[in-house]
Amino acid sequence: MSYPGLVADTVKFRAHNGDTGDAYYAWPTGNGKFPGVVLIHHMPGWDEWITEATRKLAHHGFGTIAPHLYFREGPGSPDDVGARVRAAGGVADEQVIGDAKGAAAYLRAQPHANGKVGVIGFCSGGRHAFLISCKAPDDFNALVDCWGGNVVVDDPKALNAKRPVAPIDLAGNIKCPILGLFGNDDENPNKDQVNRTEAVLKKLGKDYVFHRYDGAGHAFFNAARVAYRAEQAADGWAKTFAFFHKHLG
Amino acid sequence: MCSYIVEKAGMIGTAKGPNSRWMRIDTANVYYDHPYEAQLDHALCVDFVCEADGGRERVAIEISRESALDLIEKIKSALASGDTSHAQAAQANMTCSLKGSREDIAALF
Repeated sequence: MSYPGLVADTVKFRAHNGDTGDAYYAWPTGNGKFPGVVLIHHMPGWDEWITEATRKLAHHGFGTIAPHLYFREGPGSPDDVGARVRAAGGVADEQVIGDAKGAAAYLRAQPHANGKVGVIGFCSGGRHAFLISCKAPDDFNALVDCWGGNVVVDDPKALNAKRPVAPIDLAGNIKCPILGLFGNDDENPNKDQVNRTEAVLKKLGKDYVFHRYDGAGHAFFNAARVAYRAEQAADGWAKTFAFFHKHLG
Repeated sequence: MCSYIVEKAGMIGTAKGPNSRWMRIDTANVYYDHPYEAQLDHALCVDFVCEADGGRERVAIEISRESALDLIEKIKSALASGDTSHAQAAQANMTCSLKGSREDIAALF
């Protein structure tokens, strides 16, 4: 079922450490209660495609909030703000987890919320979403990891004060069902890393489904990029909507 | 590959920045990753910034790997050609606006 009628706006939410953060929030209009989704943006930042993806989820029945993980860098175009964050070595995992928890609380406080909240992330946000499910297992009812790189860490340089732990080492904490979407031509995560992630989830007895797409690499949902793969993206979105509806209502 | 890995190069110079205004620069942040704007899967990206001034403004480029390698060669060629010309000028007792140590140039700012 789709909801062509929706409302979308920028909102303020209570983020990590009590900071007041910016977010993009879209929700379907109409009667009834709706499940929620926290959308974790990709490394380039809180850009136009992220707002499109947020509205797409709302169109399919999910009150969706995309917290601006770089809001502390101040105003500016998404690419300039993202460049400053990259130059500073990215954002700290603990801060992202706090922001995601705050975004989930925002969703649950809405009058049209059904109380269940999933998390989805793209690119670095896929890794964040995986990590959020590990570190805040009681806040999220479903996880969709879209090609999150560095869930398995092979390069020691990827671990530092801001990102001290490989998410895969915390996977035992995950309580919710997991959907993973990956392109077989991706370099981060590559096929071997995806296989190793799946092996860990299987060994831990987690409720997971992984889908791997031939002819697709990184960011194949993003219609604004050369990486876009229409057929694989359509299938991936359909699987995402079905998964969230199954587990969130 | 969404790695946050950035190579930083210190430098002395200027770049034409926002609003067509010149800005001094002291750092180039260099990375090879998914670009923001260029329609390339991966790009060599350079953000020229001035960290001494807060680093909030930048002049950015996103170019293909082949373009970057070609640019490196052209920079080397330009420097070699310039060094030859300037050496000849020095021999002829001519002055050159680019003459001077790094400290001399830094003092201009």
